[in-house]
Formats: sequence, structure tokens, C-alpha cells
Amino acid sequence: MPLEQQKRHSFYEWCRRGEPLIWINAAAVSLSAIAVIGLLILLTVRGFGHFWPADVMQANYQPPGESSKVLIGERVQKEAVPIEQLRSAGFQLETDKVFLDRELIKSGNRDVSGADFSWVLSDYLSDITYPEEIMVLERHEWGNFYGYLRGVKESGEAVATQDQSHEVLWNAFLERLERAKELHSKIEKIEKKDIGAINYRIEKLRLRERGLELDEDLSSEKREREQAEIEAERAALDAEYRVYQEELVGLYTAINRDSIIAEAMNGRQVELRLAKIVHAFKPNAMNVFDKVWFYIAKFGEFLTDEPREANTEGGIFPAIFGTVIMVLIMSIIVTPFGVVAAVYLREYARQGLMTRIIRIAVNNLAGVPSIVYGVFGLGFFIYFLGSEIDQVFFPEALPAPTFGTPGLLWASLTLALLTLPVVIVATEEGLSRIPKALREGSLALGATKAETLWRVVLPMTSPAMMTGLILAVARAAGEVAPLMLVGVVKLAPTLPVNGNFPYFHLDQKFMHLGFHIYDVGFQSPNVEAARPLVYATALLLVVIIALLNLSAVALRNHLREKYKSLEL
Amino acid sequence: MSDSVFAGSNTRFAQWRKFKDKAAAVGITAGGSGVLFAILLIFFYLLYEIMPLFQSAHMEQTQRYARVGSPAPTLHMAVEEQAEVGFRLAADGTYYFFSVSDGSIVSEGRLNLPADAEITSFNIDSENSRIFAVGLADGRMLIARHHYKISYPNDERLITPVLQYPYADEPIRLADSSLQKITLRNSEEALVAIAYTANGGLEGRRWVKEEDFLTEEITLVEENLTLPDLDIKPHTILLGPTQDWLYVLSHKGQYRLVDVDEEEVVDAGVLFDNALLTDARFLLGGYSVLVSNSAGETAQWFNVKSDGAVHFEKIRSFRNADKGIVTVSPEHRRKGFVTVNDAGQLDIYYSTSQRHLASTKLPEPATKMAIAPRAETLLIETQGGELLVWEIENEHPEVSWSVLWEKVWYESYPEPDYIWQSSASTNDFEPKYSFAPLAFGTLKAAFYAMIIAAPLAVCGAIYTAYFMAPAMRRKVKPLIELMEALPTVILGFLAGLWLAPFVEKHLPAVFSIFLFMPIGVLLFAWLWNYIPMRFRKHVPDGWHPLLVAPVIILVVVVCVWMSAPVERVLFDGDMRAWFTAELGISFDQRNALVVGIAMGFAVIPTIFSIAEDAIFSVPKHLSYGSLALGATPWQTLVGVVMPTASPGIFSALMIGMGRAVGETMIVLMATGNTPVMDMNIFEGMRTLAANIAVEIGETEVDSSHYRVLFLAAFVLFMFTFVVNTLAEIVRQRLRNRYGNL
Repeated sequence: MPLEQQKRHSFYEWCRRGEPLIWINAAAVSLSAIAVIGLLILLTVRGFGHFWPADVMQANYQPPGESSKVLIGERVQKEAVPIEQLRSAGFQLETDKVFLDRELIKSGNRDVSGADFSWVLSDYLSDITYPEEIMVLERHEWGNFYGYLRGVKESGEAVATQDQSHEVLWNAFLERLERAKELHSKIEKIEKKDIGAINYRIEKLRLRERGLELDEDLSSEKREREQAEIEAERAALDAEYRVYQEELVGLYTAINRDSIIAEAMNGRQVELRLAKIVHAFKPNAMNVFDKVWFYIAKFGEFLTDEPREANTEGGIFPAIFGTVIMVLIMSIIVTPFGVVAAVYLREYARQGLMTRIIRIAVNNLAGVPSIVYGVFGLGFFIYFLGSEIDQVFFPEALPAPTFGTPGLLWASLTLALLTLPVVIVATEEGLSRIPKALREGSLALGATKAETLWRVVLPMTSPAMMTGLILAVARAAGEVAPLMLVGVVKLAPTLPVNGNFPYFHLDQKFMHLGFHIYDVGFQSPNVEAARPLVYATALLLVVIIALLNLSAVALRNHLREKYKSLEL
Repeated sequence: MSDSVFAGSNTRFAQWRKFKDKAAAVGITAGGSGVLFAILLIFFYLLYEIMPLFQSAHMEQTQRYARVGSPAPTLHMAVEEQAEVGFRLAADGTYYFFSVSDGSIVSEGRLNLPADAEITSFNIDSENSRIFAVGLADGRMLIARHHYKISYPNDERLITPVLQYPYADEPIRLADSSLQKITLRNSEEALVAIAYTANGGLEGRRWVKEEDFLTEEITLVEENLTLPDLDIKPHTILLGPTQDWLYVLSHKGQYRLVDVDEEEVVDAGVLFDNALLTDARFLLGGYSVLVSNSAGETAQWFNVKSDGAVHFEKIRSFRNADKGIVTVSPEHRRKGFVTVNDAGQLDIYYSTSQRHLASTKLPEPATKMAIAPRAETLLIETQGGELLVWEIENEHPEVSWSVLWEKVWYESYPEPDYIWQSSASTNDFEPKYSFAPLAFGTLKAAFYAMIIAAPLAVCGAIYTAYFMAPAMRRKVKPLIELMEALPTVILGFLAGLWLAPFVEKHLPAVFSIFLFMPIGVLLFAWLWNYIPMRFRKHVPDGWHPLLVAPVIILVVVVCVWMSAPVERVLFDGDMRAWFTAELGISFDQRNALVVGIAMGFAVIPTIFSIAEDAIFSVPKHLSYGSLALGATPWQTLVGVVMPTASPGIFSALMIGMGRAVGETMIVLMATGNTPVMDMNIFEGMRTLAANIAVEIGETEVDSSHYRVLFLAAFVLFMFTFVVNTLAEIVRQRLRNRYGNL
């Protein structure tokens, strides 16, 4: 459609030709595209920025009318604020400026100073330095610590002090920190894995015992035999438990041996136990390569670690794992059902008004709000089916529900129902694209309908099915509203697949990336500290879903190419 | 046809193949219809969950036996929690605990009264506390309580009824003459009793409870109340639970509202004309008074504050027959009540929802009634001295069409209103299930989203489908598809934590962007017209968006950069404050504007791809014909392409609307979720979907609230289903039309 651009038009002519509206339309496309790209850039910058070890500033801060104090922390954000706003906030400012710069400083040390973020006015910062000796400690609780290392202690006795060179002090600390980390991982393993397994088996025994009580047909001798077995097993488990308990006591004394003396920004010296420290590093002393290395390590940790401090620190591995498992189970359920329904609609059902209505209905189900599926899942799967299953199969656990409560299976089923239309529509479209000649050729050679379907039609439709499945997975991975009702929790104690028999725990609640974003961003007590992590999680989710979608698009294009050659 | 495949061959293998073919057909048909049935199941299950909301109550008589104990008239009857033990207090001071199932006496006794004492009046503090007072002819009163101890000997429940005297074992003096009417109110702080004596005046006492710090022992400190003189003879006096409102009602239907603290009558009037008061009781919570009369009407009245004064006002009335009401019995845990009339007709009503739930005829006219705390058992005493036990099934009386969609006058509100407030901490709370604010919030959010999304998406679709260079189109379409796939939780998170603070901080920028964006683009386009042809020809047709992109970015950057200075000069440095002060518009950080932008973003790709599809598939020979006849591309678009594609664009808008209505996470995260009805763009809202997400986790399964949330889901389901079906039908029609062209 060539636009005549040969000559310059008068304004009237220009308007009459619809040029302004064409430009407005072009601007609409442009704006939408810019919005998408801008959003992705925003997520990338904020998400990836989170892991970079920022330099730590030390400065004197003396706002008017207040005494001077030393400030140590990362500079997070800077903005200009009109002076009236600051005056009304209570600052006594003597200045001609209209705007003042304000900076957000992450100063950590929540246990020492109460808040780990503070706003300061840039104009009143002086003597800004970046001393190499400032260290950052990531801790298991109370967030980061920023300050100076002043001494290392072992069982209360100083083994290295400020008098020695900083190098010696720092190395003494790192050495001991390595030891503490090792001990910590041992403790973690015993507490989470070994003792967790024992607790799980004890709980199973309790249920077996309760099952015996409920079973009225059991002969008394058999009952006694079983009871004795249970007692013996329980005694064995208790003994095992005590062994671990003793080991734990030993480990705890060992890990609590060392501590350090650190000086916070207000000059206070605090003693920190090494058991509580996750990482220690001196960002100002790192060169670019150190930082890159550190960055990669942090990113790896983010992907593989468990969350700490009410999900605001640490990794998101359980959420990734939960999302993947849920999506996998959903795929296993939705694929056969979706394909069978599509094959029925296209190949077996008599085409007519009825199939047209069904097709419209299926199409529309894709537009039904996801929360409605969540409500259905909660009511039908959990409270109706789940409690029936509990009555029949798990009476010994009652009144504690087994399947009558939100869990992995129900979440997967609900999402399977939600994504069913996607798979049906995609598969049907694939079926309709198969040239008639191929089908008829197969039938003419004597194959039955089922054989034609199985050997000719379905293999050729498989890319379409894959497209449908990928789109379904992408939708399921990003869906949060229904999951909130049917099985997602903010913190699951164990993964739904673990070392305890029967290894797969369909009744368990799980964590999910999307819900993690919602929960940490909106339900967490310390949103400011958690925000970078939420951006990182959001970025991860977007990347996963974008990859899934792009592969679906690629597959679809490939499919179209393939049939183009067939049709000729 | 498949039969012919097997003709002539009768080998085992052929049979096996035939069997497989049949099995596949049966299996796929069964599986396919099963899946389609499962989809139907959603609809029917939702319906199944909400049906009980609209069912009326069922009741049936299960027992009938002779009244227990003294032949003296009954003063009061009650049933305990489990509906196993009944309580009857007779006018001669004897009391009886009896088994509800067969009428046999469990225990009996007489109130601790002098042998010659004559009971002249009776009143109960509340059905839940079970503390009652009897007034005597000598001016004294006795306070007692019927109580039930539950123990589990041999793992079976045993209910032991006892009669207690919580304050004094002996009658206490309240006045010097006979207590004609009495009313009693007990609270944490004080006990108040007021009586109308034979002298024709009100006498009242207050006993303030003072707790000793160390022993935690409670001592009562007595004080006299001064009460105003009355000009009517009361039929009933009632003291509210806050102990400051005294309702005096005469037989003829006059009322006097007495402020006990101020010692004066603050309101006076008549309840009804041409009828006589027959019974008056507090509804649960003691805020509303139910008055019934000889004309068969029962009305709910409560205090309404208006213009600084308190008025006793009639809120709603209930009537099912013309026969006079004998007695009213309010439910203990809900705002429902049961009435029985002269003809022995029993009616169940619910106040808030104004529902008449059931009506039945008793075998004999009744005189007294007691409803069990769980409202499942009703004990009725007949004129013939018999007791009837009725079982009631009345699960969800709270919900009706008027509650959901009309203005309702709730207790302690100055006027009828639309309110959603489903739960509170107190037991006597009146649930407010109005869908109106939620539906309003849903439509408001969708409206602002569509205002932003519809022009952008439709204009974008027109350009992409009709003007854009194919090479660019191949890049733009996947980008928009990616936009569609973005999880809404991410959009919601960005809207709530990034966009909302940004908008709040750069409010002038937001307005100037809306204003200057089109101006900037048009200005650029006009100037482009003046650029010499030798530069212009380097930009091929259909690449306009790339040209305007820098302009758009520039406009945004300049607007944001200018925001603070503009705010300083025009709005004294704070546009929010200016809005509130100058225009009286309140400003929430998480508001409809933020939701509109975020949800608009979510809806754009949906509208865009369907609309683009509709425009692009307009047959090419139509537009070529038009162009060949000399029309400009724009004229072709407006005159030929758009009319053909308009149904498709319409259906795209419908589907986008459906998506905006059902979106949950964005609204949940980007608004304050307050159910207000205000079109103000700077205030938040609560939508149906977000409401479900917020509340369903905390409801009790199968409670009315739970089912109301299912109803909300059903409304959403039906709305989107109808909208989408319409859109789909329009699209199919369109497809057929293209086929014909």
C-alpha cells in the first residue's frame, strides 16, 4: 500500500489524506512495543542488579540541627525532592535550592540500629570514602551487617585482634568461617533430612497404630502382633533419634565456638557468632573479576538455595522445583485428555450444530477467569473429592485431612482443567490441517480408522499437540490466582519429592514462583529489603515463560512450513 | 466404510484389527465426551454449591407430649445448645429441666423465693447469657441463670442442668411497690435493672462491677438511677445491651425512647395505628427491636442517628397473615426470628435479607416458644398445655436478591446502602453481602483498563494489519504475543511496587504524557512532511512506528523530567495535596489509574491479536478494488476495510473486556482492595475476583459466606461466558461472510 510521498502537502490536504491518523496508529504500535521492551528492560536491570556486590560507602552525615554521625552502607537510589516537602517533613533547611537530592542508603545492621534502610540528604554527606576494610556479612537472621572486623575469638578467648595486620585478622576469620559453614551444612542435613525422615516414619507408625484401632475385624492375636511390631519399630526410631540428637549437641557446641568482634557504623562493637554468618566479603577491595565471580556465585545460590528470613533472602529453589513439578503433573494429565477430546470432536463426533456449540463452549472456557477454576478446584476437588478419598483411604489420619486439603495433586488438576481448552483448540487445529488425501490414502490401502489415526494422523499432528502443550505450560507456570486457593503456600517445609517413602507426595503443599512474587512483594514485613529478590524472581519467571512461548511459536512456524510442502 | 475393509478376510488377525478399531472408537468417544462432560461439571458444580442459598426453610414436627410440671402458666422456656435439655419456668416459681426428646423431667426445683412471693414480671438479659430476673409483688427481684455443665463419663456426653444465682442467692430490693414490668442487662462493667412499678413510675439500679487487683474478686457497687416520668403505661420495657437506651412500649403502640445516662425521653411516637402490641423482643445483638401486633405484622425498629439526634425508626416489616401475632422468638446467632399467630400459623423470617423462609400450621394455637441456640430445634407450648418439638432446616437465610443487589438498611447505619463486609470479630455481627460495590469495582477497573487498552490496541491493530511493512510485522506480532504471555502476577507486582509509587511521585508527568503524547506525535508527523524527499525516501513505507518511537520516548522523558518543576509552579509542590484541597478528590497510592494502566497492558495483546486478525483477513481484492478506483489508502481503510472488519473488532473488544473483568492478581496487588463505590480515578476498588481470592481461604466450608463467594464466581463465570460466546458468534459470522466474498 504505497503512501504517496512525492510532494509536500498543504495542511488541509495532509489531514484529508488521513495522514495524522495513520501516524497516530503507528504511534499506538510503537507505544505498545516500547511498553513491552521497557518492562523487560526494567525487570532485567533490577533483577540482575540484585546480585552485584555494590561498593559500601562511609561518610559523615550531619543534617541541619542534628549532630554528626558516621554512615556506612550501600547507596541504593537517588532522587530529587522539592524543598517544601522536606520542610513539611520537619527539616530545618537554610538553602536557596528548590530541589534537594535524597539518597536511600542500605545500612543493614537491623539488630543494632533498628532499621536497615534510611533516607539521607546528599548535600549533608561529607568525607565520602570507600575504605577497603569495610566488610559485609550476610547473616542467617537480621539481614546484612556492614562494619569493620576488630577481632576473632575462640571459646571466648581472643585469637586475633586489631593489633595484628588486617590481612591476618581477615584470614583468621575466613578460615574459621569455612569451618563454621561446613558444620552448618552438617547440622542442616541432620535436622532437615535425617531427623525429618525419622519424624516422618514415626508419624507413619502413629497412623498405622490408629489404623489398627479402627480395624474392628482384626483378630486379637494379630492385633497384638502388629502392636508389638509397631512398638519395636518405634523404639528403634527413638534410639536412632537420640543418636542424632547427641550428634547435634556436639555439632552445636562446635559451631558456637567461634565468634568475631565487629564494629558497626555508630562505633559500637558487637560480638557476632560465626554460626549465624552465611557469607563475608569486602566489596570495596574486590576488583571487577572478583565481583563477576561473586556475582555468578550469588546467582547460582539464588537458583539452588532455600529461602531465608521469611523468603526475603537466600534462594528460591523450592519455588522453582514446586513450579516445575506442578507443571509436569499437569502436563501428564492434560495432554491425553486434551488430545482425546480433540480427536473425538474432529474425527469421531458427527459434525453439526452440537459440535459447533461444543467448540464455542470450549473456546470460551479459555476466557473464563482463572479464579473461577480455583473456586471450582477448592470446592469440588478438595472439599468434595478430597474428603471422600480421606474417608475411604485415610480414615486413620482423620480428623487431620490428607487429601481433603489443598495440595500438589489438586493444584495440578485444577490447572489441567484450566489449560484443557488450550490443548484441545491447538490439537484440533492441527488435525484440521492434515490434508484429506493422506487420510484417504491410508484408508484406501486397507487400514482401519484407528490405524489411520494412530499411524498417520496423530504423528503428523504431534507438533500441533506440542504447541498446545507448551502454551498450556506457559499459561500454567504464570497462573497464580487459582493456585492460591488449591495448594500453594509461602513456605513449604519439605519438597513434594523427597527421600521419604513413597518419594512422591501428591498431598503436600508446595511453593510456586508466581506466588512467591506475590507473597514476598506484598505480604512480607520488610518489602524494601525483599524488593530486589522479587525483581530477580519475576525476571526468572518471565524468562522461563518467554522461552516456552518462543519455542511454541517456532514449532508452529515449523509445522506450517511442513504442511505447505504437503499441500502442493 | 470400515466394514468393507474386512470383507472377505476372516482371519484371527482381521478380527483383532476390527476389535481394535471398535475399541478405539468406543474409547475415544467415551474419553472425549468425558472431557466435555468435565467441562460442563464446572457449571453444574458451581450451581450445586449456590442452590442452597435460595432454598426456603424446611420444618417438621418430631415430638408431641404433655407439658411438664406445674399447671401454672409458663413464664419462660429455653433449650440448651445441643437441643437435648429444655428449661421451663412457671409463674409459681417452679422450674423444670426436661429431656427434649420425650418430655421426661431431668431435674426440678423452685426459685429461691419466699413461699408467699408472687411473681409479677419476668425478663431475660439475653438468650446467650441465660441470666434472667423475676420481679416480685413486694418490690424485690431475683436474678438467676439456667446453666448446663457438660461432662464425658464413659466417652458419652452428659449434660447436667443447674440453676445458679450469679449475683445474690436472695431477692434484692429494687423498689417499694410491686414490679409490674422489669428489664435486666448484664455487661462486663455493670448490671442494670429497671422496673415499672405499681406506683406508675420507673425505678432503676445499677451495680458497677469492681474488680480487686489482687484477688480478682468482683464486688458490686450499687447506685440509683434517676429516670424520667412516663406518660404511658408500658406493655414492655427493654433495656439495650449498652445499658443506655431504654425502650418503653405501650399496649396501644406508643413508644418512648429513654436515654438512661441523660435521664430524659429523647424520642416519642407510635409504632403502628389501629392495632395492639402483642410482643416485643430484641433481635440478636440488642440493636433492633422486633415489635409484633394484633394485625399480624412484625416490624423491625432501631435507633437512627440523623442531624445529631437519635430517632427510633421503623426499618422493615414482615406480615404473612392478618391474624394477631402471639409471640416472637429471635434466633440466638443470626438475625432471624420465628413468629406464631392466633391461628397457630408459624412463620420463619430473616431480617436483613427480608426473606420469608417458611410458613406452617401448628396443630393447635401456641402460647410460648423457645428456639435452640443453633436454630435447628423449636419448642412450642400450645394452648392445650402440650409441648411440640419442631425440627428446622434453615441453613442460609441471610442471602436474597435484595441483599445482593439492592440497598439495604443495616443496623447502626444512618440510611440504606450498598455494603460488602462479610465478617467481623463480634458474634452478633450482621453480615453485609452486597455484590453492588464489588460489581461496581469490577466494572470500574475494567472500564479504566479498556479506556487505555482499546484505543491503543485497535489503532495498533489497524496499523499492523493494513499499513505495516511485512518485515516489521513479522517482528511486531511475536512481541505482542510475548506481551500476552506475561504472567499477570508480574504485571500486578510492577503496578503495585513500581508504577504506583512512580505515578504518585510524578503525577503531573502522567497527565502531561496523556496530553502531549498525541500532540508530539502529530507535530512530528507534520514536520516530517517538510523534510526533503531525498531523506524521506530512505525510510520505506510502513515503517512509521520506528520513526515515532524516539518521539514517544522523548515525550515521556521530558514529561517526567519536567514533572517536579511543573508540580512546584502550578500545584505548590504537591499535586496530591492540591487535588485533595482544591478539588476535594481523595488520592490513594494504589488507585484505579494504576490498575487501568497495568490491566490495560494485560488486555492490549488480547484485543490486538484478534482485531489484527479480523482486519488482516479482509479479502485483499476489496481493498485493491478501492485503491484502483482512486481512493487513498486511508479512504480505503475507512470506507471498505473497517466496515467489513468492524464485527471482528467489536468481538476483540468484548473478549478483552471479559479478560479485564476476570483478572485477579493485578487488581489484588495494585489496589487497596477496599469495597467502595466511587468513580474517582484516584481511589481503589475491590473486584469480584479479588474478593474471592482474599476471602475464600478464611471461610467455613458450606457456610453462607462460602456459598456467596461461589455465587460471585458463578456471576463471573456467566458474565465472561456470555460475553465470550457473543464475541465468538460474531466472529464466526464474520468468517462466513469473508468466505462468501
